[in-house]
Amino acid sequence: MAEIQTRMGDGYSVSMTREEVREDLVAGSADAARRGKIPVLQPDELDYLFEMFASPTRIWGVERGHEAVLSKDGSTNSLYSAQLSSGVGLPLSREQAFRTFERAFGFDTMEIGHTDYSVKPAKPIVVLEQNHVEAVLHTTIIPVFYGFMPNLGLYYQPDGPFPNPSDLLPRGQIAEARAATEEALETCYNDLVWMTGKMDEVGADGINYDTTASTGDGEFLATLRAVEWAANNTNLAVEVGMAAECVLGFHGRLEYNGKRLAGMWPHQQMEVVQEAGAHIFGPVVNTNSRKSTPWNLARAITFVKACTKDAKIPIHPNVGMGVGGVPMFEIPPIDVVTRCSAAMVMIGKADGL
Amino acid sequence: MQLSKKMRLDEAKRYVADKLGVSVMDLCDSTVMRRLREDLDIGVITAVAGAAKGLEAKARIADLLGVRINCVERLKSKMGL
Repeated sequence: MAEIQTRMGDGYSVSMTREEVREDLVAGSADAARRGKIPVLQPDELDYLFEMFASPTRIWGVERGHEAVLSKDGSTNSLYSAQLSSGVGLPLSREQAFRTFERAFGFDTMEIGHTDYSVKPAKPIVVLEQNHVEAVLHTTIIPVFYGFMPNLGLYYQPDGPFPNPSDLLPRGQIAEARAATEEALETCYNDLVWMTGKMDEVGADGINYDTTASTGDGEFLATLRAVEWAANNTNLAVEVGMAAECVLGFHGRLEYNGKRLAGMWPHQQMEVVQEAGAHIFGPVVNTNSRKSTPWNLARAITFVKACTKDAKIPIHPNVGMGVGGVPMFEIPPIDVVTRCSAAMVMIGKADGL
Repeated sequence: MQLSKKMRLDEAKRYVADKLGVSVMDLCDSTVMRRLREDLDIGVITAVAGAAKGLEAKARIADLLGVRINCVERLKSKMGL
């Protein structure tokens, strides 16, 4: 019986029987459903995914009329930065790179961001960042975002002033760890608000808080409060992209409008991000490198569908290296990148990627 | 429309298609849109001398779609408009 060529979550090729692909699709969806307490994919949706993986074509795409838009994170680092940002090391300025993304690559939005893509290192050079945003606003047509990661981890010792919960928790100093998180998130929130305001001053079209909650629930709370401030005090479109599928509870008791943040899955994260006033929400579903891409994609789409079903704002799932079903590999293979991307729109009902 | 009005994808496509006087299928057709964008002077992908570029095109898009764009408003403010 003909076997299906697909990929594992680490990017390497694998041959699977038709039965194995179907089993993995069902199992992946069931895993997401169990964890998130959400519905599994329907039979017709599983059939679409199976047909997609069984097709021998290298490239897959959405059906005509179902084209979606792309929003970008990581700014122009992809072109001029090094491997640390998945960059290809081209000798381009940020303005040149931005225009290349608009004109040559056909991107729908683009970002200016600091090479060290976190809010804390961007603060001291804010006027430089503002100047670069202004330069591209004059010369390009697509929406110009300023992007950065809240990255609460940089506020803890040794990089920042606050005691590090990662050091305190293993010593059983839970109260001290919570206190450190509460203090650090206030400083992070103030920095987020300050930088956001600076970008609004120069007329940026939007702000992107990327890899939100990378340092857990404290960072998520700081970001949600910053989204609220931005929505109420600026004219910026606010995009929130997550870091992981489940919010880690380094603190464990932080809440937003009465909802505990620790342990939130994508559909629950979407609700609070929407409540805070964001314009776009970007859920993340992490790839398991020991499982097949069919397993990973079915799982990812199950989580994303639970977001898109009830969302009142556009949902742009993260579909890239190690997320959204895509293998965790430096150069994700195009055969599965195109499949994951198309399936997110056709089955996941994403409004963009 | 996603950024200015938080519209979901289908609603955003219908809104823009209506404003441009095309069908949603045409909105997704690069051949149709290349000509339409030049006719409406809202920016095209190739470098056409005399065509609206950058902030010029963005201002025309804001007007055509009836949306507020931050940098366009800043330009108006700078010019006292």
